[in-house]
Amino acid sequence: MSKIKEKFAELERKNQKALISYIMAGFPNEKATISTVRGLVKGGTDIIELGFPFSDPLADGQIIQNASTVSLEKGTKINKFFTLVKKIRKETDIPLVLMTYTNILYHKGYSKFIKDAKKAGIDGFILPDMSIEESKEYIDAAKNNADTIFLISPNTTKKRIEKISKISTGFLYLVAVFGTTGIKTGIKNYTLKAIKDVKKQTKGKIPIGVGFGVSTPDDVKKYISAGADAVIVGSAYLKLIEKTPQNKLETKIASFTKRLKKHTILKQ
Amino acid sequence: MKYPKNGRFGEFGGKYIPETLVPAIEELEENYLKFKNDKNFKKELDYYLKVYAGRPTPLYYAKNLSEKLGGSKIYLKREDLLHGGAHKINNTLGQALLAKKMNKKRIIAETGAGQHGVATAMACAVLGMKAEVYMGYKDTIRQKLNVFRMNLLGAKVHPVKSGSKTLKDAINEAIRDWITNVETTYYLLGSAVGPHPYPVMVRDFQSVIGKEIKMQMKKINNKAPDSVIACVGGGSNAIGTFYPLVDTNAEIIGVEAAGQGLKSKLHSATLSAGSKGVLHGMMTYLLQDEEGQITETHSISAGLDYPGVGPEHSYYKDTKRIKYHSATDVEVIDAFLMLTRTEGIIPALESAHAIAEAIKVARKGKNSESIVVTLSGRGDKDVEEVQNYLNKNVED
Repeated sequence: MSKIKEKFAELERKNQKALISYIMAGFPNEKATISTVRGLVKGGTDIIELGFPFSDPLADGQIIQNASTVSLEKGTKINKFFTLVKKIRKETDIPLVLMTYTNILYHKGYSKFIKDAKKAGIDGFILPDMSIEESKEYIDAAKNNADTIFLISPNTTKKRIEKISKISTGFLYLVAVFGTTGIKTGIKNYTLKAIKDVKKQTKGKIPIGVGFGVSTPDDVKKYISAGADAVIVGSAYLKLIEKTPQNKLETKIASFTKRLKKHTILKQ
Repeated sequence: MKYPKNGRFGEFGGKYIPETLVPAIEELEENYLKFKNDKNFKKELDYYLKVYAGRPTPLYYAKNLSEKLGGSKIYLKREDLLHGGAHKINNTLGQALLAKKMNKKRIIAETGAGQHGVATAMACAVLGMKAEVYMGYKDTIRQKLNVFRMNLLGAKVHPVKSGSKTLKDAINEAIRDWITNVETTYYLLGSAVGPHPYPVMVRDFQSVIGKEIKMQMKKINNKAPDSVIACVGGGSNAIGTFYPLVDTNAEIIGVEAAGQGLKSKLHSATLSAGSKGVLHGMMTYLLQDEEGQITETHSISAGLDYPGVGPEHSYYKDTKRIKYHSATDVEVIDAFLMLTRTEGIIPALESAHAIAEAIKVARKGKNSESIVVTLSGRGDKDVEEVQNYLNKNVED
């Protein structure tokens, strides 16, 4: 059983849903990333999504785009990233998901990249520009090595949801809004309906995680109440990282995480 | 390749897109397939191409230039004489008309040199639609006249300040807008790039260039030209020129921007110096570093300043049906001046890349041989850039 799957099973036993926290590796520097990870673990996040920067992150909003640029300028490279993951692995066995863009994996070769990432301690991948039509080689390379988490959107047809949920492993990433990451449009009825519809269609075979624009404890509460198995918070973390002095990062991140996590614990 | 199966030209092309865009891309493909052979649609588009845009464009024998070079005969396909001054109007009229049939009210586009933005603004104005255009901040400075033209035509221009502030960043921003407003917005892509079906659709709308060349050369020489040359950035004028001629014996050459030289990092010669990768929804040749990060490009011509290329060009490069060469900024300026002074035609800097190659080919060729060069656009927009370049080089 994959580490991500185990985590969802463990949470189910504890009557909890998952809090997934996204941060950009190397933003604003490697030391800050380590402090942030410590804060996330201390605050009780269940899964950490580590962003690897890409020069042209077309599915991301301004906050993540800026973080990518800073990270690249600070010299984040693939091998350096894997070393960082190994460092994190010495401190925690929390599931780690790598979010980046297709070209980063394709350029190195899907198989080689995934094997190296797995060796470093990555448990799964999210590639927002990887459509299921183009995914065969990627899926084959990841099989038995890492989870391949695919995205669906509120406008994805039932037929596609069926196909995507068959090849998505770990969880299914439901994009909450029409837009890029970090977009603030408030909670939409179509998203709440999409959560219900997708849950009904997938019949609990795979957890549903809701992300994009999820930034406050109240957002977490509403999506969990609507039936989401996980919520993914990203840009809000990056904003907090940006304005927090490095020596206070761990505690600030831990306290924000605790406030988010609280709403994923269901009443007995 | 007529209509690529699964959107792939060999291994190139495809649909590497965020899931939110899938319904829009499917809707587009469905409508494109429906309308491309629809008699009324074709009739309407032909009407606009003829009486609004000014087709067919002449195939002009550049006698003075040919005689000066003393080799093959050079013919210029005068896309610069189209309304708006560039080939871009062929595609924007086609796509805007398609968008109208799809009941889309809002059109977004990206532009490099501004020619596609202007052509989009024109097509939208004449068809009664709203247009918003993304343009790299750097390009809005070097092509400020085109920004003004777009504004005059009623289009809103969004300067993009992220990344390299050029065409690739304008495309990123247009895609972000599209993801956000996918239900109401049509993305009118300006080159034969992007996810399927854009590369094939743009090629088809631009193929009017090559079809006319074929007919016009038949009248002149009773055969296809010996050589055909066009400039390649994203490659829409080139694929529109080449596609109808790939089944002839013509030698076909695409010319990329070598900027300050292929060995410098300051160029945009994707096919000559790039490697395979995935960007903007397609698998194609890209300019990227050893980590797969897209690198910044350079060209004296804003319209060629793009680190990718249409996937069909990548296919023809690998199958060797088409040769891809490049021209440096210095060669381009020389070609620009030579054409201007021998024929009284000021070419766009993009087109001057093709002229630079034609000069080389013509010099080596025989008088009985013919070269067709697509003059993709006129150079009014570039005169200030050329003036700056010449002043700088005189000062230096």
